[in-house]
Amino acid sequence: MSFNYLSAIVFLPMVGAIVIALLPGKSAGSIKRVALVFTIIPFILSLVVFALFNKSSGAAGLIQFSEKVSWIPAINAFYHLGVDGLNLPFVVLTAFLGFLVILVSWHIDLRPKEYFAWLLLLEGSILGVFAALDLLLFFLFWEIEVIPMYFLISIWGAGRREYSAIKYVIYTLFGSAMMLAGILSLYFTTGSLSMIDLANTGLAPYRAVIPAAAMFSLLLTGFAVKLPVFPVHTWLPDAHTDAPTAVSVMLAGALLKMGGYGMLRIVVGIFPDVAQRYGTVLVIFAVFTILYGAAVTLRQTDIKKLIAYSSVSHMGFVLLGIFALSQVSVTGAVLQMVSHGFIAGLLFAVAGLVMHNSHERDLSKLGGLARQIPFITVIFTLGGLGGLGLPGTSGFAAEFLVFIGSFSSNAVPGLQVGTILAVLGVVVGAGYVLWMIQRAFYGPVMEKFDGTEDAHAVDKIYMVLLVAAMLLIGIYPAILTDIIKVAVLPILR
Amino acid sequence: MNFGLLIPELSLAAFAIIVILLDLFIEKKVVLAVVSIIGLVVAAFFTVALWGIQPGTIFGGLVAIDNFALFFKLLFLSITGLVILASADYVSKFSRFRGEYYALLLISTLGMMLMAAATDLISVYIALELTSIPLYVLVGFLKDPKSSESSLKYLLLGAVASSVLLFGMAFVFGFTGKTHLSQIASAIQSASLPMASAGPGLIFGMILIIAGFGFKIAAVPFQMWVPDVYEGAPTTITAFLSVGSKAAGFAVILRVFYSAFGMPQWLGMEWGIIFAVLAAISMTLGNILAIPQTNIKRMLGYSSIAQAGYLMVGLATVGVAPPADILGRSGILFFLAAYSLANLAVFIAIIAISNKINSDDIADFSGMIKRSPGLSLALSLGLISLIGMPPAAGFMAKFYIFSSAVNHGLLWLVIIAVVNSVASAYYYMRVVKTMWVGEPASLETVPSSPALKVALGISCIGVLVFGIAPGLGIRLAQLATDIFKF
Repeated sequence: MSFNYLSAIVFLPMVGAIVIALLPGKSAGSIKRVALVFTIIPFILSLVVFALFNKSSGAAGLIQFSEKVSWIPAINAFYHLGVDGLNLPFVVLTAFLGFLVILVSWHIDLRPKEYFAWLLLLEGSILGVFAALDLLLFFLFWEIEVIPMYFLISIWGAGRREYSAIKYVIYTLFGSAMMLAGILSLYFTTGSLSMIDLANTGLAPYRAVIPAAAMFSLLLTGFAVKLPVFPVHTWLPDAHTDAPTAVSVMLAGALLKMGGYGMLRIVVGIFPDVAQRYGTVLVIFAVFTILYGAAVTLRQTDIKKLIAYSSVSHMGFVLLGIFALSQVSVTGAVLQMVSHGFIAGLLFAVAGLVMHNSHERDLSKLGGLARQIPFITVIFTLGGLGGLGLPGTSGFAAEFLVFIGSFSSNAVPGLQVGTILAVLGVVVGAGYVLWMIQRAFYGPVMEKFDGTEDAHAVDKIYMVLLVAAMLLIGIYPAILTDIIKVAVLPILR
Repeated sequence: MNFGLLIPELSLAAFAIIVILLDLFIEKKVVLAVVSIIGLVVAAFFTVALWGIQPGTIFGGLVAIDNFALFFKLLFLSITGLVILASADYVSKFSRFRGEYYALLLISTLGMMLMAAATDLISVYIALELTSIPLYVLVGFLKDPKSSESSLKYLLLGAVASSVLLFGMAFVFGFTGKTHLSQIASAIQSASLPMASAGPGLIFGMILIIAGFGFKIAAVPFQMWVPDVYEGAPTTITAFLSVGSKAAGFAVILRVFYSAFGMPQWLGMEWGIIFAVLAAISMTLGNILAIPQTNIKRMLGYSSIAQAGYLMVGLATVGVAPPADILGRSGILFFLAAYSLANLAVFIAIIAISNKINSDDIADFSGMIKRSPGLSLALSLGLISLIGMPPAAGFMAKFYIFSSAVNHGLLWLVIIAVVNSVASAYYYMRVVKTMWVGEPASLETVPSSPALKVALGISCIGVLVFGIAPGLGIRLAQLATDIFKF
């Protein structure tokens, strides 16, 4: 490969962050344009990678666009980037959202230079997490992401932003501390930091000093905090509620997926036997996360907090799909993550716009907005329907795959019961989504919202793009499932 | 006797004397700083030139010149160089004795260089005193009540620690009949020493030695002096104490314990576990006590106790690991280098900021990013490195030290250490938050001299280089610890 696509995709946003930081002058317009250039190029490159990607089933377990250079010889660490069917969807998703959030942030005028620099650094580090195939490199990007998130929430956020920001940092660092202990144990059992080698050989050839179950739980804890899984999910509603809109989009759309991706690639990929042994426990956690998340969502009156809790519930489906350990269910879990990236991204972006334009975020005080802001209403309704899993949207395709995959899987005892309970989450989901739409946009028209602006041209661009992506996956999911299902086969061997 | 091996020390001593003499004749005191820097560069040049030579000894085996010593000498010279550069703005606070300030710094550095090279209990003790006595003076240099109090406190506790150390050395001498480290080792390993009777006494002596050195590295429970001295001393000297003195302490511990008490394996286990326990207590107590601090120098004092805890995780590993294992030893060296750079970046930024706002209160750093983006960014980078987050050097250092600990069955200690790292994020990030989120008290920019900017730039670049491409640093640390072989 003559051109290092992945390095370019990962580092262009970071270069953009430095360029913005060094850019003389304080003109917000030029900063936004620079940010746009440095995010749209990685997005286009990611589409190129997607187009050139070998999608045949013969490519199972094959790492494409691989870049491998020795990094720290003393500990056998490599600078190793590469994609297969498992992480390619996330790279594209992150690059896509990274570009859209610049549009979402178009109206930011508080300290724009720092804002866009941090936003680009955030995108770059998430891309790095998804592209890295060396555990140390993965962890490096994983930790870098915390710093921009902290500043973005604590400076540009709302409400109890400083509390939420530090809570986010402490939770994430706690998770990654566990993960680091897991990575170190893994490294000393095997002497390797390569995710691919470890997944291929498994732990069987090595003399286990530290029990595999201990490493499994350490790593799993790290990812569970990020996904998030009950009971370590409480950072998420706070962070979402107080974060600026673009950061919520990035957080729900791309950041949470780091947890699910890590579970698949590292936890299940390297410890398939342990995953099977403890599958039942994790399925119970998944079902609980789904139902608890959905039940709490019903109670919310803050529009952003409602979407945040619904994310918790939706991520429960991911956990269920992953630990049902069948090809269909895992494919569904990956698809659910991508789909949720579009849908939650859309919902947060539009909710942020509603809040920005109407200066109101409390559902009990909103109402009748359909008359005043019809475009936003239509888009939000579409997003909501995606969220409740209406056929034709990506939400349906993903959740359907998770359910049939889990129900028909025999890998873990008790799955069928778990699946039936999980389906209840969808029913509750329909309830809270429709109720939210009804309370915010329908009902009697209120005079106080008469002057509320509808979406601007810039807003329409990202809304339409997100809806299009959601419908594309909903109508033709094979565009992703074909490559995902090839990639999950080696994991489940 | 080959004095060529001692050129770095000799030249540094010569320059210290030159500085004192020049002080008598020269009105423009900035010349003294320049001369001191030249002295450090010359000594560093000779040190680099000696790198990789056949290890040799001098003064009848009292002092060894090997890669290990040279690594630390280079580290101490760099630290002192950065501190002197950063002093450029600060020395205006001293009405008199600027010449002595530089000279004492150089002499203390000389002591540290000898500490890293000492291979005999006698020379260890002499070098330790040579390091400490100038520091007692420097701590009191501000001559205000707080500074004087902390100087006296440091002197008294330092004297107690020295005597405890001597007492421990006397015990070891009493049981082995030797003062040279390698002779102690062979006496311990020889069959003629009955371990059943001599073992407990030897271990008692070892514990006293740990207590004596524990004072230098500010490990709990020998940390009482730290917060007061850190707060009272001139900030430049606090910076110097927090990195130089600590690094020297670790250098000498590593050499003494590895050379003298490294074998047999059960003895290594013995002190390995002692250090493991001290590490756990130091990390936990240092971090917990740092959280409520409102004075940034006091907070960093407690943070340095916690950092000593992380470093002792490395010492514990060295103790319990088989002698062939090199990862733990070189990890300590790499951690010390990374920690020194990060802590210096933090202190240098604080020197500049406090000089302007005349306060060490964290609350007064509010909104600093708007007043001085460069200094705030550097301070944030340093603090992030101290938390141990990438892409800063602190992450690689912790990764390196913890990985060797996991490798040798200290997973429990590593879990305590990583949980502590998370807790520490709370108080480090609070400073960062104050600077970035708070509202500035005024919009006046913070001035800083070119010398300080250079020092700050060097330490920040060092932090990033060690964090992103640590290969070279790790390689050097491994070469430096190659000498410890049985």
